[in-house]
Order: sequence, then C-alpha cells, then structure tokens
Amino acid sequence: MPNIELKNISRYICKNINLKINEGELMVVLGPSGSGKTTLLNVIAGLTDYEGSVSFDNKPVDGIDASHRRIGYLFQQLVLFPHMDVKKNIAYSLELNKLPRSDIENRVDELLRLAKIKHLGNRYPKYLSGGEKQRVALARALAPSPKVLLLDEPLSSLDLQTAKYLRMELRQFQKNLGITMVYVTHDLSEAEEIADRIAVMNHGNIEQVATPDEVFFFPENQVVSNFIGAPNILDCCSCRKLEQGVVEADCNGLPVIVAHEGNSVNRIAFLPRDIFLSETRPPGPGVNRFEGNVSDIRYTDDSVRVTVDVRSHQLVAEVPYHLFEDMALAPGKHVYLILKLRRIRVYDCNCNDRMHDTGLK
Amino acid sequence: MKGVKIILKKLNPGWGIVPIFIFLIIWELAARFNLVPGQFYFPPFSEVMAEFFNLASTGVLGDNFLASLWRVLAGLTAGSLAGVMLGVIMGWKEIAHKSLNPIVSLFLPIPPLGWLPLLLLWIGINEWLPITIIFISSFFPVLYNTIAGIKSVDKDYVKVSRTLGASDIKILTTVVMPLALPMIFTGLRLNAGHAWRVVIAAEMVAIPTGIGALMLRAESLIRIDIIIVCLIVLAVMTFIFDKLFGYMENKVTAKWS
Repeated sequence: MPNIELKNISRYICKNINLKINEGELMVVLGPSGSGKTTLLNVIAGLTDYEGSVSFDNKPVDGIDASHRRIGYLFQQLVLFPHMDVKKNIAYSLELNKLPRSDIENRVDELLRLAKIKHLGNRYPKYLSGGEKQRVALARALAPSPKVLLLDEPLSSLDLQTAKYLRMELRQFQKNLGITMVYVTHDLSEAEEIADRIAVMNHGNIEQVATPDEVFFFPENQVVSNFIGAPNILDCCSCRKLEQGVVEADCNGLPVIVAHEGNSVNRIAFLPRDIFLSETRPPGPGVNRFEGNVSDIRYTDDSVRVTVDVRSHQLVAEVPYHLFEDMALAPGKHVYLILKLRRIRVYDCNCNDRMHDTGLK
Repeated sequence: MKGVKIILKKLNPGWGIVPIFIFLIIWELAARFNLVPGQFYFPPFSEVMAEFFNLASTGVLGDNFLASLWRVLAGLTAGSLAGVMLGVIMGWKEIAHKSLNPIVSLFLPIPPLGWLPLLLLWIGINEWLPITIIFISSFFPVLYNTIAGIKSVDKDYVKVSRTLGASDIKILTTVVMPLALPMIFTGLRLNAGHAWRVVIAAEMVAIPTGIGALMLRAESLIRIDIIIVCLIVLAVMTFIFDKLFGYMENKVTAKWS
C-alpha cells in the first residue's frame, strides 16, 4: 500500500496544501463543513482538476484518471447502485475488468464474508438498513483491491451506536488489510477513535497534522484549539498515586485528581463545558474543587464562557445561557469550580519535547 | 366477518369496473327512454355494440384499425428511439445540450398537427404522412424526458463508478441510463396516448384509411353509432398502450425503483 504525498495542492477553497500520508496509515482529515475536506479527497481520487502534485509511492499520478488510480472511495451518501443487488454492486468493478465469472464469484463471496453481509447478497439497496448499506459500500470499494481507501463521512447518517460499532470494524479492516486510508469527518471524537494521525483543516488550510493526543494537548494554534472545543490545558510537574487508577497531579500548584492508570502525568486537559461553576460553595468532598475570581466573560452563540483566575491559572468554564441569566456573574466575583473527574484527559509521555510549549500560536 | 373482508379484498381489483357498468346502464336507459333530447343522435349502448360486431365481422373495423395501429407503432417506435438516442447524448454531454437545445426549443412549441400542411406538400398523401406526424409528436416528449432523466442522475453515481474503474461509456450504459429509465418511461407512456390522438387527427384530415378516416366517413353519413365505436376503440387502445408501457416499466424498474 502506498504513501500519499500532496504538494502545493490548490482547488476551490483549498490553498497550497502539503500533506504526507504514510503507507498503511489511517489519516483523518478533520474540519468544519466547508473547510475543503471533500475537495481534498476528490483531488487524491482524481475526481477534480487541481493545481499541484499528487504522488502515490513517490510516483506522480496527476495525469491519471480516477478510473486508473486504484483508489476506493466511500461517499457520504454511499451511493450504492439502486438497480443492482448487493452482489452486482460488489461485482461491478470486477466485471469491468472482465475477470472470469468464477473469479468474480469467489471474490464477491470473500468480500460478503469479510463485510459480514453474506445473507444480503440478493437484496436490492432499498431493502437495506443504513448499517448494511455502509457494509455493502465498503465491500464494493474494496472489491478491486484498491491501494488507497478514501472515506467521506461514511457514517454520518447512522445512529451513534451503529456508527461507533462500524467505526471499530472499519479500523479493524484497515489494520488487517494494511491499506492506506484517508477518512474525512467533522467529528472530533470520531477522529480520535480511529485516527493514526489527524490533519485539522480550516478554510482550505491544513492547520495541524498530529496524533489525536497531540492535537488535543498541543493544539498548534487558536483555530485548532477552538475547533476541538478550546480546552483548558495545564502542565503538571509531579503526581502522586492515590490508589489503583487514581492519581493526584500537581499542575503548577493546582492539585487535580485524575483517573489514570500510569505513573506519571505530564499534562491534563478538560473542556470548558466540563467545569461546573457555582456562586456558592458546593456541598460534598473537596475533590477537584477550586475557588477564584471571575476575570472575563465572553458570549458565544449558545453559551457564556467565564474565565476564572484560580491561583496562577486561568480556567475557562462554559455556562449555558439559561443558567447564566440566573447568576449574578461579573468580573471580580468570587466563584467556585468543580472539574468533572471523568472528563479530565491525561497526557502521559515523558519523551515529548513539546511538553513545555504551552503557548498557542 | 373475516371471510367477508377477505372476499371484499379479493374483489377489490374489480371495483374500478363498477362505475363503468353504472355509466353504461344509465347510457342505455337514457337512450331507450328518450331522456336525452334528439334521440336520433344518441344511440343506446347496445346498438353501438351491435354495430361494433357488425363492423368487426365485415372486416371494416379490422382493416381500418390495423392501418392505424401500424402507423402508431411505426411512428411511435421511430420517434421514441430517436428521442431516447438524442436525449441521451444531450443529457450526457453538456456541449451537445448547449449546441442542440436552442434548435430543439425552437421546434418544440409547434404542435404536431401544425406540420401537416407542410408535410402534405413535402411528403404527399401516403403512409409516410401520419407516421411522420406521429414521429414528431413522439420525439419531443421522449427527448425532454430522457434529457431530464439523464441529468437527474446524482453525479456521485458517476464519481463512484469512475473510482471503480468504469470508462465514460460504461458509466453511461451500466449506471446512468438504467437510473434514467423511470423518467424515460414516463415520456413513453405520455407518447403512447398522444400517438393515438395524433393518428386519428391526421387520418381525419388527410388519409383515407384508418380509424380517423372511418370516423370522418361516419360523420358524413350521420352514423353516430360508428363514430362512438371508433371512439371506444381509440379509448381502449390508448388505455392498453398506457398499461403496456406501465407494465414494461414495472418489469424493468420495480425491483429497485
């Protein structure tokens, strides 16, 4: 399976994009709607004209039509051929190659088994559920043994449960087949679940390419930080194991208890919505409870972001409008914060030389 | 109770015929009991049917019917084939659409019978005249439905076919044309009824044989019963053609459409 290299790609919103995807890697292209993710996939597939250069295994494929690039493409709407049954859909590319009938039947059977849809072979797409359609589309894309598999939000129309299950299966497929995969999504949690690396896109630019943990704990710039929810990120200098799976991290004077199996904590992060903010001292044990003064209040589309000075740190909490209206919050006001224990993410890597780079670009 | 429901359910397909029976009974009674002014011009249904059998047994109806049927089949087949072929090209290749659409749009508003005076001079009074008019009347609806059918196919089908290794011609023949079939059939069904109306009109105006010509002769002889027989034949044939194309469409697309 090849590596893919994009050099100075420009098309529509995409401007001068450079990206290298390693052989056998699952690269997730993450970004909001209209950021140019699908355009990028179409460029790799050869389905659109572009400026710049695309290489598979260091060989340029720019003049090669999509039909000869040996790529599999799973579209957002899956686009199964409605006039063909499942077997015909899967066999489509094989019949184009005029393979012997017995070879086609064997390959289709193999893919039906692989995608766990053997019982659906004679059904037409209109009689399939969303999850079944997704499996058929995957089997069809894999039929010609593509070098690269491109997926454009293929699970976006499924319910959360089915999507999660299929995501895991997809990941398993990718590992077993060792195929290079480019997966487009706007959902951070989806990206984090399956990606080897994530390329964060915004307004046609790639803002950051990194592992899921690196994107969350070391957002390259404010754009990336905002996209992943503008988490509070705290460096931690030491930690103390309290009991199995529970650690108290010292985040520059702020003792935070986190659920963590390891022995060290280098950095913690939590989203503003995972901080509970109160005007009065909350009852109960004092675990992960802090007090401080409001230093800033910012209004967003659906909530209010309140910045609170806690010792030497500034923590941002998100308060829904309907709660904010009932509170008398103003700069200087003394408030109490509770960090939701299970929502605190822990970065535990002693070898990362970016650990001390906390400032956003 | 359940048994009655099952019987009613089984009879259900036949319910549509009941209003026709009621209509025929009212027609028969109204004519017999002189409920319609000018009875001479309003024969009862039974007399119309008697004339139908008379015309059928003497071969007059058969000869004229077959003449009309041949013209309809020839004109409809040629017009539809030409419409589908040009429609596929215009729907698939934007350059063809842009080049030909202005010309097609210019000819489209002309009613098929509007060509009659010109065709009378160009072709003369012979078999080609009604066939050509039916050709013209069939061509445009099928052309436009085919263009719309081809253009309405989601571009993602084309893209996915391409990534699966299909050439342009393969995409057209194995994906786009099959997906455009429902719309093409809509055009064909429209045509089927239209062709019968046009052939009758053409035969009434210029051709001495066929159902239209028979109607015109009946009119000059004030044979209302024969006129009604011809109208019934026309209605039944339009109905049969519509159902035939509906059946073909169903056969081809029902499994997936």
